[in-house]
Amino acid sequence: MILAVVIFALVIGSVIFHFASPWWFTDIVSQWDSVDGVINITFWVTGAVFILTNLFLAYCVYRFRHKPGQKAVYEPENHKLESWLSAITTVGVIAMLAPGLFVWADFVTPPEEAAEYEVMGQQWQWNFRYPGADGKLGTADTKFITEANPFGINPEDPNGQDDVVVNEPEMHLPVGKPVKALLRSNDVLHNYTVPQFRVKMDMVPGLVSYLWFQPEVTGRYDILCEEHCGIGHFIMRGAVVIDTADDFDAWLAAKPTFAETQAMAEPNIAMGQAQYAVCASCHGAQGEGNQALNAPKLAGLQDWYVERQLNHFKSGVRGQTEGDAYGASMVGMANMLVDDAAVRNMAAYIATLPDVPAAVTIQGDIANGADIYDRNCAACHLDNGNGTWYTDAPKISGMNDWYFVTQIKNFRNGYRGLHAADPYGEQMVSMATAMAAKDIDDTKEMEDVAAYLNTLR
Amino acid sequence: MAYVPLADQDHEQEMHHPHSWVTKYVWSQDHKVIAIQYGGTAVLVGLVALVLSLLMRMQLGFPGTFDLIDPSAYYQSVTMHGMIMVVYMLTALLLGGFGNYMVPLMIGARDMVFPFLNMLSFWFYLLSVVILMASFFVGGGPTGAGWTLYPPQATLAGTPGSDMGIVLMLLSLFVFIVAFTMGGLNYVTTILQYRTRGMTLMRLPLTIWGIFVATVLGLFAFPALLVSAIMMLFDTLLGTSFFMPAIIESGTPMDYDGGSPILFQHLFWFFGHPEVYIVALPAFGLVSDVISTHARKNIFGYRMMVWAIIAIGGLSFIVWAHHMYVSGMNPYFGFFFATTTLIIAVPTALKVYNWVLTLWEGDIRLNAPMYFAIGFIFTFIHGGLTGLFLGNVVIDLPLSDTYFVVAHFHMVMGVSPVLVIFASIYHWFPKVSGRMYHEGMAKAHFWITFLGTYAIYLPMHYLGFLGVPRRYYAIGETDFIPASAQTLNESITIAALIVGAAQLIFLFNMLWSLRNGAKADPNPWNSASLEWQTPDTPPVHGNWGDKLPTVYRWAYDYSVPGAKHDFIPQDMAEEDVEMEDGSTGSTATGA
Repeated sequence: MILAVVIFALVIGSVIFHFASPWWFTDIVSQWDSVDGVINITFWVTGAVFILTNLFLAYCVYRFRHKPGQKAVYEPENHKLESWLSAITTVGVIAMLAPGLFVWADFVTPPEEAAEYEVMGQQWQWNFRYPGADGKLGTADTKFITEANPFGINPEDPNGQDDVVVNEPEMHLPVGKPVKALLRSNDVLHNYTVPQFRVKMDMVPGLVSYLWFQPEVTGRYDILCEEHCGIGHFIMRGAVVIDTADDFDAWLAAKPTFAETQAMAEPNIAMGQAQYAVCASCHGAQGEGNQALNAPKLAGLQDWYVERQLNHFKSGVRGQTEGDAYGASMVGMANMLVDDAAVRNMAAYIATLPDVPAAVTIQGDIANGADIYDRNCAACHLDNGNGTWYTDAPKISGMNDWYFVTQIKNFRNGYRGLHAADPYGEQMVSMATAMAAKDIDDTKEMEDVAAYLNTLR
Repeated sequence: MAYVPLADQDHEQEMHHPHSWVTKYVWSQDHKVIAIQYGGTAVLVGLVALVLSLLMRMQLGFPGTFDLIDPSAYYQSVTMHGMIMVVYMLTALLLGGFGNYMVPLMIGARDMVFPFLNMLSFWFYLLSVVILMASFFVGGGPTGAGWTLYPPQATLAGTPGSDMGIVLMLLSLFVFIVAFTMGGLNYVTTILQYRTRGMTLMRLPLTIWGIFVATVLGLFAFPALLVSAIMMLFDTLLGTSFFMPAIIESGTPMDYDGGSPILFQHLFWFFGHPEVYIVALPAFGLVSDVISTHARKNIFGYRMMVWAIIAIGGLSFIVWAHHMYVSGMNPYFGFFFATTTLIIAVPTALKVYNWVLTLWEGDIRLNAPMYFAIGFIFTFIHGGLTGLFLGNVVIDLPLSDTYFVVAHFHMVMGVSPVLVIFASIYHWFPKVSGRMYHEGMAKAHFWITFLGTYAIYLPMHYLGFLGVPRRYYAIGETDFIPASAQTLNESITIAALIVGAAQLIFLFNMLWSLRNGAKADPNPWNSASLEWQTPDTPPVHGNWGDKLPTVYRWAYDYSVPGAKHDFIPQDMAEEDVEMEDGSTGSTATGA
């Protein structure tokens, strides 16, 4: 009896939950309304079956529950009824399947005029490539991949020379034009998903998959990886900006072509050295750092990392947050570097400084630190703490242990890495938050990791 | 087909009765003891997987509050929870546990055809479990590749457990499949060759049909997993490139070239989809028998039910790539696999209709097993219908890899089979143990489990509609997920904790009832099928005493018109049936 009532209540409750729920698809911004249409048809068909079958179930339980003297009816089968039920079910299935297949036919055949662009996934970053003026993407292969050619574009292929490379996790597209995304991966399976577009596809190393859509609404939307790709899966984020055609063209024009990235002038180390004199007063003549002045060791850092951080200080991405007082003092210093060339020169000079391991100032539980490091940090910063351009992870072994703790605290406390233009910092915020969150002042785990890092020199 | 029942040679069959405690309970060749060994191990390992799921829920519901697991531990929990539940718990419990117990008893045999092989099957299964559990204690811990173990990620440094963990996982699966094959060959042979006099195929209880077809599926499907496990072991230990194209690991090019990660997915799902039915078909069979018994009514449309089981089993081999719609395989496959997938809905729906129609005009006894069985019908309808979303290829575009998928498959192959398992454990507990379980505790267990799981999984579908991706340690900041989604996550976690704790009621009930339960009648539910007609309760070694039973009718002669009792056991001859008018004789029914 009560079971019948509960099933009845669950049916009614589910229907109410469905209609009253504020949780539903995010607004669509592509032309794939037809996908939503198939979902709606499916909802009506399955919803009707759900309600009718379960209400009938509840009725049977209520009506035919045991009472004294009751006897069940003996009816092994009823061919006519079973045939009818098969037929009705088949009709319902066709009603859902047929429109689905028509929309799928649409999905697998991108329009001729769709402009192509490439999405390349790697642990745990997004990169994008546009075909340039010739409308053709150059061929690419993992064997060509280097720090200077992260896409592995074939240097011999003339089609690739004018390809526009976007080596950061934000891409742009023009509104109102169909586009076809060519999807690649350098390492493991990834998946290119923008929930507002309603379409997604895996990115598979060794082949090129695709999807197509037409953006309809300008705005900025999240790109998520939706195929498990390792420990950093949940922090592999990007963004797509849907622009007007003019804005898109302007954005694209400001990005370097592949040929330009390959032909970039060597940085001038001597000029970097000359400008370093100012830095030396805090960071030391050899970039060895000075804890008394809260200036970390610089020698040993990769040039791309130094360049990125200097640019962040210059553009207000880093050092502007309340709580990051020492970062703030870098803002003025970084602004003394007038242009990109000066920043590059400085980074190149710092990369030439002799890398002498910093003094040990922190003790901790090395075994615990090793465990935390191996589980959380090593995937990007590598087992030896040297970091790699591939994961955008700087060297952290042999650097200042006190600085390491300060920065992990900054990431965790929101002083660093939350700026929209610092996607790599945001990844560190997620990892630092995962590291220790119970007590904001508890730095024990960080000190343990720092102590372990001190052994990796 | 000419059918010569082995029962006719009954007197020639020699039973080697065990003489010591060890041969009786440890190195036992008695299918009933092996069943309990299998089932007990499966329940224990299932508890491990349950705890892992609660750890994940604590992280998702209250990120940063409990700080029990870091991202690595989260992915390891995801992986081990999934693999344990699907393979080491559900498959082992339904086939190794119920399969072993039911097959000889329901077909009127003394044991399996190959009792020694049967024993070996369990010990290999236990070995596979030990290997799997060992991966918790090796350097790097168990694999965190997700239960699908997709390469290249499964063997690369960016995934936890990518050195020893994944190797132990693959080894463990290898051993499990050996165990399954030994058990599976036994079930198939036993069901085909060891049926007693009169037990024709179309008189088999649906439990046996479900177990039979599921076993055949397993014998064809598990080899695909076996070879993919071997190939992946070769890739990671010997440097072959079956599944490995040229790729980069942590910035360094690896020594692989030319392999295909999608090949692995095809092999995996060629196993993985039939696996769904390896779990579901025995559950379909068991629940059919529970429903029929407690509704005091024959299962409606028995022949249709048998053919539906066979059709579902056959179709389950040509739908596998619906798990791969957005995998990057040739998208034109989508047309074929969406069509076959939705076709499978027809026989599945018929089974649901027939369960409900069995209740129609029944005399429903609302005992705990029936509660669970009816709960199953509800959850299975729900989970089956959401499958029509995901099977329809185009809907997979927005919903694949979101929490909708998680909610769907938990509803359809987590909650539903588990409700059947509980129904079956309560239903057959009196025969297995000789004692009754505690009805009050069983009903309390039902209400918390049934309502609790619905509270977990109904809202979870809506997280999927929102677009919340699965396998995220933390969702962090997005532009499209409202803050209220976290409220949902919290409530799901609270419901999960309650449901998890409620399983202690079940365990306590079992242990308590073993000692203190009321002494059970040999056939407390007045069931017609053969396993309730044994001379001893619990059945002793050899099951049937001096002479094997003879079967005269199908397993569903309930409420036969004119008969005095509302059931006629399968082994009751027509002339022995007591009629309402006091005579004995012809009811003119029975298949």
